[in-house]
Amino acid sequence: MASEAELRLRDRLSKLKSIGLLGGTRVSGELERLQKQLDRITAEPSEDEIWRSVELARHQDRPYTLDYVERLLDDWVELHGDRGRADDAAIVAGLGKLDGRTVVLVGHQKGRDVKERTKRNFGMAYPEGYRKAMRVMKLADRFGFPVVTLVDTPGAYPGVAAEQHGQGGAIAASQATMLRLGVPIVCVVIGEGGSGGAIAIAVGDRVLMQENAIYSVISPEGCAAILWRDASEARKAAAAFKPDAAHCLELGVIDGIVPEPDGGAHTDLDEAARLLGSSLREALDDLDGLPVDELSRRRRARFRSIGIFA
Amino acid sequence: MVEPRIDVQVETNDAPPTDAKKHPNTCPKCQSHYRDAELDESLWVCSHCGHHFPMRARARIVSLADAGSFAEEAADLRSDDPLDFFDLRPYGERLAEAELGTGLGEAIVIGRATVEGNVCELAVMDFAFMGGSMGSAVGEKFARACESAVEQGVPLVSVSASGGARMQEGILALMQLPKTIVAVADLHDAGCAYVSVLAHPTTGGVLASFASLGDVIVAEPGALMSFAGPRVVQQTTREKLPDDFGLSEANLRYGHVDAIVPRPELKSQLARLLRLFANGK
Repeated sequence: MASEAELRLRDRLSKLKSIGLLGGTRVSGELERLQKQLDRITAEPSEDEIWRSVELARHQDRPYTLDYVERLLDDWVELHGDRGRADDAAIVAGLGKLDGRTVVLVGHQKGRDVKERTKRNFGMAYPEGYRKAMRVMKLADRFGFPVVTLVDTPGAYPGVAAEQHGQGGAIAASQATMLRLGVPIVCVVIGEGGSGGAIAIAVGDRVLMQENAIYSVISPEGCAAILWRDASEARKAAAAFKPDAAHCLELGVIDGIVPEPDGGAHTDLDEAARLLGSSLREALDDLDGLPVDELSRRRRARFRSIGIFA
Repeated sequence: MVEPRIDVQVETNDAPPTDAKKHPNTCPKCQSHYRDAELDESLWVCSHCGHHFPMRARARIVSLADAGSFAEEAADLRSDDPLDFFDLRPYGERLAEAELGTGLGEAIVIGRATVEGNVCELAVMDFAFMGGSMGSAVGEKFARACESAVEQGVPLVSVSASGGARMQEGILALMQLPKTIVAVADLHDAGCAYVSVLAHPTTGGVLASFASLGDVIVAEPGALMSFAGPRVVQQTTREKLPDDFGLSEANLRYGHVDAIVPRPELKSQLARLLRLFANGK
């Protein structure tokens, strides 16, 4: 049954196909050139700039969660364990004071040297990590402490044990838990916002990104391996799915960008922390005093409305 | 006896390299071969060995809803291409091709129905549409299914079959995880039950969002349900994977699903659950 709609679609498809076939299976050079011109006109970050963000977000000297904790929070007490099975060092959680106000902080933690990297599992959490996050966020809810999360992970750990312990379910449950908290939540992507492992602790009233952080549905390498069948095309993949802060802001995924020192956060940790601290304060002050119902209504509406479709 | 193979699959430039190019109607377990009509009759279950073939959304709805009871909703909703995404082919081309190939507007079909007389909302995914991947449109349709259930005050039944979030929509695809979770939270706040059925495969972003949040979660036999797929796990960790890695049987053992329900029993099992939840508040 060839309906009108189908005929229209066939027409659209054949047009698109003829575009795709200009350069065999690849995008023709002409199209690439046009695309680049278009990019420049609209002053969007270029492929090079996007890739620079990817590199800075993963820079080995980039400040991690505990670097910020040390500089921003007084009276820090780290809380360990999910009260069921283990303590996952890829996620840190605890209580501290930000300008005299008690907050709960949850963040991914990477390691600096081989030993710590192994201990922190490169910031890739097991379900136990998300269960610890949930436990500590519920504690915040009981006492009315605002929650700050710092997101910095290549992704949730893809391992046999992680699956056996319920990785998918834990990530879903953590998001559901955050939606229901009756306290203000501010989330900041401070490095790699890698997919499900990131969103698991990034459901907040304000979601921010540092200037050179990235936030994406899949790693550039993973995307390249699947769509380009070549992981070394990561640069192209990143340019295509645009994980940089400017694009995330434009798409309505984040609410603001936290500035970094010139050259990136790793060039001056104290200054990076100062800038992050002032963004956190501003966001928390903004949310201060909102009734619980209103907070929850707005948080749900924020995430319910994200997406672009026809 | 080896049957002559008639390969009717359309070859595309990006077809994944398959080690065994089997006809889709040939059982991968016991090599029995069926005509479409035979598989339709048997609910796409191999009558020889019980293997569950992938089931298309329309066929699934016919198998679950009482005859003539399904009223589709949001049928006109389509994906957009917010990133002008171009890999080896434009996303728009992939979408158009998927629509032509499947006869569906997106990878999920939603609507109201009755199951053995019990009114409910159905949200059924179709793996044939771009691997059942979830972009903005799939997330929106699932959320609307929840809202429709709330409006009617009836339970929601979803059947998921998805490789995860749709890469071509970038970060917006990831944002469909919290979006669908908001919808489930609203559904629960309204006192409506949610039964999540996991078909093969339910992985990545769909497992890490709504599919894992059912009040009751049932899976089909042999369905892969893992956050990370076996290939990714193997490549990342170099671990030796158990034979039943990520399969519903393993997940039942580890406590992640309530039951494994063979397809021929699914309708009556769902009806039983809907009757039980009808007595809730």
